[in-house]
Amino acid sequence: MKRFLMLPAVLLGVLCFVTGCKPTASTSSGAADSVIKIGEFASLSGSEASFGRSSHNGTLIAIDELNATGGLLGRKIELLTEDNQSKDGESATAVKKLISRDKVIAILGEVASGRSLEAAPICQQFKIPQVSPSSTNPKVTQMGDYIFRVCFEDRFQGGTVLAKFALESLQAKRVAILTDVSAPYSAGLTTYFKEQFVAKGGTVVVEQKFTKDDKDFKAQLTAIKSQNPDAIFLPVYYGPATLIALQARELGIKVPLFGGDGWEAPELVQGPGAAEALDGCFFSTHFAPDQDSPQAKEFVKKYEARFNAKPDAMAALGYDSAMVLADAVKRAGSTEGSKLRDALASTRDFQGVTGKMSLDADRNARKPAVIIQLKGGKFLYKETVNP
Amino acid sequence: MTEFFQQLINGLSLGAMYALIALGYTLVYGVLRFINFAHSDVFMVGSFAGFYLGRGVAEASLLNGLLVMMGAMLICAGLGILIERLAYRPLRNRSKLTVLITAIGVSLLLQNAGQLIFGVNPRPFPETFPSRTFDLLGVVISSKDIVVLTVTLALLGVLEFVVHRTKVGTAMRAVAFNPQAATLMGINIDLIISFTFGLGSALAAAAGILWAYKFPKIDPLMGITPGLTAFVAAVFGGIGSIQGAALGGLMIGVIETLVRGSRWSTWTEAIAFILLILVLLFRPAGLIGKLQPEKV
Repeated sequence: MKRFLMLPAVLLGVLCFVTGCKPTASTSSGAADSVIKIGEFASLSGSEASFGRSSHNGTLIAIDELNATGGLLGRKIELLTEDNQSKDGESATAVKKLISRDKVIAILGEVASGRSLEAAPICQQFKIPQVSPSSTNPKVTQMGDYIFRVCFEDRFQGGTVLAKFALESLQAKRVAILTDVSAPYSAGLTTYFKEQFVAKGGTVVVEQKFTKDDKDFKAQLTAIKSQNPDAIFLPVYYGPATLIALQARELGIKVPLFGGDGWEAPELVQGPGAAEALDGCFFSTHFAPDQDSPQAKEFVKKYEARFNAKPDAMAALGYDSAMVLADAVKRAGSTEGSKLRDALASTRDFQGVTGKMSLDADRNARKPAVIIQLKGGKFLYKETVNP
Repeated sequence: MTEFFQQLINGLSLGAMYALIALGYTLVYGVLRFINFAHSDVFMVGSFAGFYLGRGVAEASLLNGLLVMMGAMLICAGLGILIERLAYRPLRNRSKLTVLITAIGVSLLLQNAGQLIFGVNPRPFPETFPSRTFDLLGVVISSKDIVVLTVTLALLGVLEFVVHRTKVGTAMRAVAFNPQAATLMGINIDLIISFTFGLGSALAAAAGILWAYKFPKIDPLMGITPGLTAFVAAVFGGIGSIQGAALGGLMIGVIETLVRGSRWSTWTEAIAFILLILVLLFRPAGLIGKLQPEKV
């Protein structure tokens, strides 16, 4: 008896699934030739939702702005967005769907390097250009010649930007490093920083390590203190950064601490004593809302008008990723994959919100980074470091 | 030399917290002969109880800090009694393995319920005790270290007193020695076991508050690492023994800190476990534990 009931139930389920998916497709099938479809996959929910949403908001502003000025090649643009819920394994499916069913001309995404790496082989296989707004891992663009990014990568951030900043602006010749050896981000930044810092005449006086879930950093900090460094480099995410700063101040270490874009979260300065402990410290990132450039000011105004909040680096990069793609479509005069790829590859001196950028032979953006200083719990623009 | 003394202070204050958590493991093991793996998650619940209670505190002072701690200890004592009543009591006469696996299940339940209720993002812990630092010839001692060491010593004293000088402590030791005989002597076993769980869980809550006070970022999975280390410390010192837990905790804390401050920092856990293996090879009952043959 049970088996007889099973079959219709399964059929019904399949039917629901098929029809449930249909509406998303039919919205775009009406005027197939008159619009240009751009696909986006993003972490709109889940653990990286705050990064993903910011980036998506920036992209939305760019698309609406393009449409308001007549679209591309005389056609309107339609943005098709898929949410991967910040989960591994969802991005490949989303991108396949966007390419083979929705016939998008290019893919925008993602904030997290891991998920960009997941989608890249598929874009490469179908010869559809992918532009990542903010995945900094060097491997992302190495996946193929159709994969681009509009942000700098960790080699630049750790090596060029932070090494230069430490030596020239901080005047720190003797630096201590505390690395989270369980995070590739942290280990990578340490390697690139050391290379350049030592080559330019700096000394790494002591290198200490910790692993994920460590909360007590006093042992490492005591060892660092005994070497009297001029500054301490913390290539870590904001979680440990706060605890390290608190414990360093407790031990009487007064020198400045500095880190990379992993610090950029409001949580960095939340909690008792965190803002004071980090006062006067620095981190490098892609964009500061208060940086002195007409493009940035314009973007902040637009973003505030629409979302009633200050944009962060993710939002600015989301905007730039769409604009760089639009610029390439204009120059290619076509939406065909290979022509679009060549146009993207020849992007030079494009003026974006996050600065003037050129895509190099490895499809990475060469562009300036900004340094942000923490003052009274606020993130303030300090300076721009050019490549 | 200054660096060595500084590391010693760092290690003792970390070790004191391991000792406090280890006391809870040892207490339950002493009476019931099983490892309550949910202990490290009661520790986490203690921190969160302090997080919510601490919000009601206007300013950081010694009295307010102690009040928050007492409140969290009471809440966790209730939780411990509830866990024992619902999860362990129905299995009391089953094999030890069944109870052990249930304990792991309760631990996972608390972790996941914590993630549902408190969210997955780490939260800043409010300052309940005041903090200040003192400089003694280059060695920095924080008021946090002093509070942690004092509270741990005080609770250790209270526990010693309860177990060896009170009626209920005598009953606990009787139940640990022989449950059947204890029943025949008119001891209400259920009541004594509930009390043991309540006491152990209150100690976990105290440790949770001190931990969050020292490292003010709390999340639902925060209990796993310190819980495991404290368990190692309890076995190291001799599980079932109160002095053993205290000694084991302090030693593991100091050893960990000294290793972490050296070039071998990533070997911290490996070295702790190697030491544990060595101790167990030569003294199977731990440093000051007494070997008790299992009854068959």
